[in-house]
Amino acid sequence: MKWSGATNHKDIGTLYLLAGAWAGFVGAAMSVLIRLELAQCGSFLGNDQLYNVLVTAHAFVMIFFMVMPVLIGGFGNWLVPLMLGAPDMAFPRLNNLSFWFLMPSLLLLLLSGAVEAGAGTGWTVYPPLSAAGHAGSSVDFAIFSLHLAGVSSLLGAVNFISTIFNLRVFGMYLDLVPLFVWAVLLTAVLLLLSLPVLAGAITMLLTDRNLNSCFYDVSGGGDPILYQHLFWFFGHPEVYILILPGFGLISHIIAQETSKKEVFGVLGMIYAMASIGVLGFVVWAHHMFTVGLDTDTRAYFTSATMIIAVPTGIKIFSWVGTLYGSKPSYSPSFMWALGFIFLFTLGGLTGIVLSNSSLDIVLHDTYYVVAHFHYVLSMGAVFALLGSLIHWFPLFTGVTLNPVWAKAQFFTMFVGVNITFFPMHFLGLAGMPRRYADYPDFFFTWNMVASMGSIVSLVSILFLLFMIGEALGSHRCVLGSKSLNTSLELAHSCPPMTHSYSSCPSIYK
Amino acid sequence: MMSWCQLGFQDAGSYFMEEFIYFHDFTMMIILGVLSYVVVFLVLGLLSGWVDSGFVEGQLIEFMWTIFPALILIQIAFPSLLLLYLIEDFSKSFLVCKVIGHQWYWSYEIKTESSEILASVDCYMLPREGAFGMRLLLTDEFLMLPINVPVRILVTSDDVIHSWTLPSLGIKGDAVPGRLNQLNVTLSRKAMFYGQCSEICGANHSFMPVMLMGVTSPQFFMWLDRL
Repeated sequence: MKWSGATNHKDIGTLYLLAGAWAGFVGAAMSVLIRLELAQCGSFLGNDQLYNVLVTAHAFVMIFFMVMPVLIGGFGNWLVPLMLGAPDMAFPRLNNLSFWFLMPSLLLLLLSGAVEAGAGTGWTVYPPLSAAGHAGSSVDFAIFSLHLAGVSSLLGAVNFISTIFNLRVFGMYLDLVPLFVWAVLLTAVLLLLSLPVLAGAITMLLTDRNLNSCFYDVSGGGDPILYQHLFWFFGHPEVYILILPGFGLISHIIAQETSKKEVFGVLGMIYAMASIGVLGFVVWAHHMFTVGLDTDTRAYFTSATMIIAVPTGIKIFSWVGTLYGSKPSYSPSFMWALGFIFLFTLGGLTGIVLSNSSLDIVLHDTYYVVAHFHYVLSMGAVFALLGSLIHWFPLFTGVTLNPVWAKAQFFTMFVGVNITFFPMHFLGLAGMPRRYADYPDFFFTWNMVASMGSIVSLVSILFLLFMIGEALGSHRCVLGSKSLNTSLELAHSCPPMTHSYSSCPSIYK
Repeated sequence: MMSWCQLGFQDAGSYFMEEFIYFHDFTMMIILGVLSYVVVFLVLGLLSGWVDSGFVEGQLIEFMWTIFPALILIQIAFPSLLLLYLIEDFSKSFLVCKVIGHQWYWSYEIKTESSEILASVDCYMLPREGAFGMRLLLTDEFLMLPINVPVRILVTSDDVIHSWTLPSLGIKGDAVPGRLNQLNVTLSRKAMFYGQCSEICGANHSFMPVMLMGVTSPQFFMWLDRL
């Protein structure tokens, strides 16, 4: 009963973490199946529609049911009220609704794969393939799944914005607000402004499929490119939604693990995140460079996309700057943060290569794009996620993980993801297209290498599951935190009391 | 054509692709430089030895690391935009080739600017078994185009969105129903060029390849007559 009617932000955060972890394993299983199909030439699954369904579902599950719930729902709910000195979120019952909406959403997505032929459209769900090209109810189920997930995130965004603007402790002016809270605030604003556009786009797709409207149907005077514009107007802010909370978490981990009271250049970090958020809304068509846009339009989107590299670079350099004059602790979470800095930089740089509309003609819809976004997601967002999990696990549960095993798990994951995704750059340059169930024999070597790497990553996350189980069973209780008093969330008992603050904390300069 | 264990682009078959390869080399040089900077300073920071918890800001260095990346990006953007306008600056071409994507094959219609359709051909992928080494790349018929002649290619689709591409020529255009997308290409050598559909279009998305042969003009007209 406590869990279905949860209103405590810590309980809801725990629910999100558990649901996200479960979905993470579902997504990982799908990714292993994909790599099994691609490990050899010829067909393994025997059904290419099924392969397309797997690719689509892998993306949806990882984005909407793993990264977003864990980073925003899990860490956001757990840490934001604690860091602000607030007793809970602004709307606790709305918080609960946001979480529970994800359950039918995931169910609908899995159902979409189970009925008829499944939605083999890619997570972008472009018509006409998703309209006339997919008769049957699968795509409709997927659309409804996205509706529910969208409402969940939208209500959560409203909750976070209200909390962060109104429930700060007296004296915590906006420039004193911790960086993770800033990150969540900006993420929430991005969600608020982009999700309605997705909702509109997919609702129009739904009516095109079922009610004979012709928003995207050429024979009725519509245009498939309209869908692409609407989808990517949501889709680009969405990828910043996926990474911004990770930025905030990495800032906290680095500051705490290097015993600095804050990262280098806090104000610069805040402005950088805000710039990334704002600029993220005006670059969407760099996902559409080959659809036949006007030349001047492509020139604009190339330039605007490149500008985003400047604030992102500021963040990377500031994190590196934090390491100077520090005493690094080389703890497992610190290693995840270092891995994040290096690999996210690499992913961002391949993004710069792709931002050139001229060069993108050769690289669009190839494995180079797949390599780019997996570097920034699997090694950006997911490293931030796993590092934060290791870092705050003692706070959330009151017990500690085995640090030696945690370091081993980091190295295994690091090796695994790099072996999986680095060869994809070669495949993309050589011309292997995306979303392919089989490939010409020339592409065999790197595909096989990548599939080997995916097994290494799988072992790593299974080991993480074991580590968590062992920690909960061995019950090595937390004695105290060795972090500075700038980390308000660690001033609590482990785990914090149900009512974390019996009176408002005070801020001292 | 691609090769085993390939690391980079396929050999260029058109002037524009050569420029793309040079531009990519240039951009790679810059991004490897940036990556090295980040890695070196990261490692030096970890090994630095001195401790100063008050080292949390620096106006000059923050200014520098805002301006320098912006200048580097302008350095990349200049050739990038130059290339973009170069490839879209097409002169009159007398030869027009209409590419139509279907689920799951390509069809081509050749005409000149002022004539009717001279020839059309449908290209289905050859069965995977027995294609030995060129599996998934061969079609029963293929397109032939004369070399050193600017060709205007108009791409469209009959059903869902596909994408017609030839990586070694540096061209790619989405085949969208109800829309004609123009590509301009001038083949620079006599060779066989291969490409594959590049926009998910259903179950056989992986199995609708593009085959294009660059031939001399007389050979091209002989082929047209045969069709």
